[in-house]
Amino acid sequence: MRKPTFRRDGVVVIEAEELTKRYGTTTAVDHLSFTVRPGRVTGFLGPNGAGKSTTLRLVLGLNTPTAGTVTVDGRPFAERARGLRHIGALLDAHDVHGGRTARAHLSMLAASNGLPRRRVTEVLAEVGLAEATARRIGGFSLGMKQRLGIAAALLGDPPVLLFDEPLNGLDPEGVLWVRGLFRRLADEGRTVLVSSHLMREMEQTAEDLVVIGRGRLIAAESLGDFAARATGQRVSVRTPDAGALATLLAEEGAVVGEEPDGSYTVTGLPAERIGELAFAHGVRLHELSPKVASLEEAFIELTAESVEFTSSAGATR
Amino acid sequence: MSMSMYTGVREATADPGAPRFRDLLTAEWIKFWSLRSSALVLASGALTTLGICVNAARVNADRLADQPDLPPVPPGGKPDLPQMVFDPLITAYVAPAWALLMVVVAALGASVVFGEYTSGLIRTTFAAVPARRAVVAAKVTVVGAVTLVLGAAVSGGSFGVTQAILRDHDGMSLADPGALRAVVASALLLPLCAVIGMAVGALIRHAAGAVVSVIALLILVPQFFAGEQYRWVAETGNAMPLNAFYRLIVNPGRDYDLGRYPVTVAEAWWVYGVWWVVAVGVVVEVVRRRDV
Repeated sequence: MRKPTFRRDGVVVIEAEELTKRYGTTTAVDHLSFTVRPGRVTGFLGPNGAGKSTTLRLVLGLNTPTAGTVTVDGRPFAERARGLRHIGALLDAHDVHGGRTARAHLSMLAASNGLPRRRVTEVLAEVGLAEATARRIGGFSLGMKQRLGIAAALLGDPPVLLFDEPLNGLDPEGVLWVRGLFRRLADEGRTVLVSSHLMREMEQTAEDLVVIGRGRLIAAESLGDFAARATGQRVSVRTPDAGALATLLAEEGAVVGEEPDGSYTVTGLPAERIGELAFAHGVRLHELSPKVASLEEAFIELTAESVEFTSSAGATR
Repeated sequence: MSMSMYTGVREATADPGAPRFRDLLTAEWIKFWSLRSSALVLASGALTTLGICVNAARVNADRLADQPDLPPVPPGGKPDLPQMVFDPLITAYVAPAWALLMVVVAALGASVVFGEYTSGLIRTTFAAVPARRAVVAAKVTVVGAVTLVLGAAVSGGSFGVTQAILRDHDGMSLADPGALRAVVASALLLPLCAVIGMAVGALIRHAAGAVVSVIALLILVPQFFAGEQYRWVAETGNAMPLNAFYRLIVNPGRDYDLGRYPVTVAEAWWVYGVWWVVAVGVVVEVVRRRDV
């Protein structure tokens, strides 16, 4: 049997243009434009309250944008007659009625899209809930609810999948399984958009990133480009001749910042060049070491100005 | 060719392009019956009402059996004490029992809608089928059909059993004037209350708030407008479903005082119809417009 292939290169599947959503005086999503391509896992990153969930609800037509548009496969999703066959979405694992069994919940969703009943059994087995089909959802753990939500997203065998914080509540085995699943779905050529507020969750899963903060776009590029750009070139320097060095480095276009421990952080020049400059001008150096920022640090730094809630200065960090 | 890169779609899951209303009905049907509370609430409400009416007939039959015959009605005139003439139709539609059933059905209708909002299921529902109007129409159809069947069973059952018990005391048959009207009006009362409950549930989307509001609307408000001092007060009361129901189950074979501003039977049917149309309109439009 021919393996289904969904790939067509160069195609944009999800396209948001100047998407804006205001609630009263609060702007949740602010002139946000981005595209999501098929065949890759795209991480949708932002601190808590950045507008990720609102954006996903706008993509699904659950909320009406104040301005701007978002299309899926060239059309607003709300025009689709049978949504599950176009987008499989897990927004919030709690968006279920606790009084129903897992099977009843999926059966009604399958029926609404004219999907065969056997799909219910198939997806329940796929997410590892085969033993829990007759149990009421109210008694499920968060991890089981996440699995049920993923089952619902897979029900219509859709070309596009949206997951909002899907790793919450999953045990380590579940996290591994979900990562493998996302990988497989993307390898089949599907479009997979996964939101998270933790970069380390995305580092091992996503190829593309859409980073937002306070509803605005901060970055939209491949993970590699983001890493190269965001982690930058930062070098830690200790010197008794700070004034002289700062002048030299400023002439070369670098930025020098003083750290609380008395060292200096130089951004914009590699360690080798700083060493050469210091040597040539007789500036004494006590330490010269390149700093490697983790992606998580880079992400926190990039979104620092846009976080909704920050811990007060001096608090745990 | 569509912009989609999704060319390997399986036969079984291909999108035919249009939503099939039958699919939505099936989905809402599964949704309705997969909550144990639905059937439990409806069954207990129906049996309670039926039980009260049958008991009323039984008690009345016992009492009438021990009572001396009333003096014969003078020719061409009215009985001397009209209020003492027994009306068998009242036992089939004991007012507080039916008011209870109205509340039960309306609360269920409300919960079918606010339950989707309070649980968050509404997002899952509309992400699966973005055509909101069709989804809500299917929901109204399923709830309406279930409560209509229940209404027909309770109304017909109550009429049949009570009148059989009272067969020696003017018990009525469906052929008697007003009998069929009463049976039909009582059967239709349940879907009407259910959809009014759905509209209130859509407007309030909060369990306690919706249930209290629907009880106030259906049962309490009509009683505030029971006065006859001012015509507008009486006419407002007349426009309430509860009073329309009371009008439609009046036994035309008995000479009742219908008050200073009586409602005609036709007007009472209009009240049913207008409330139905407005309630369906409210639930469809409110759910369609609101962000979820």
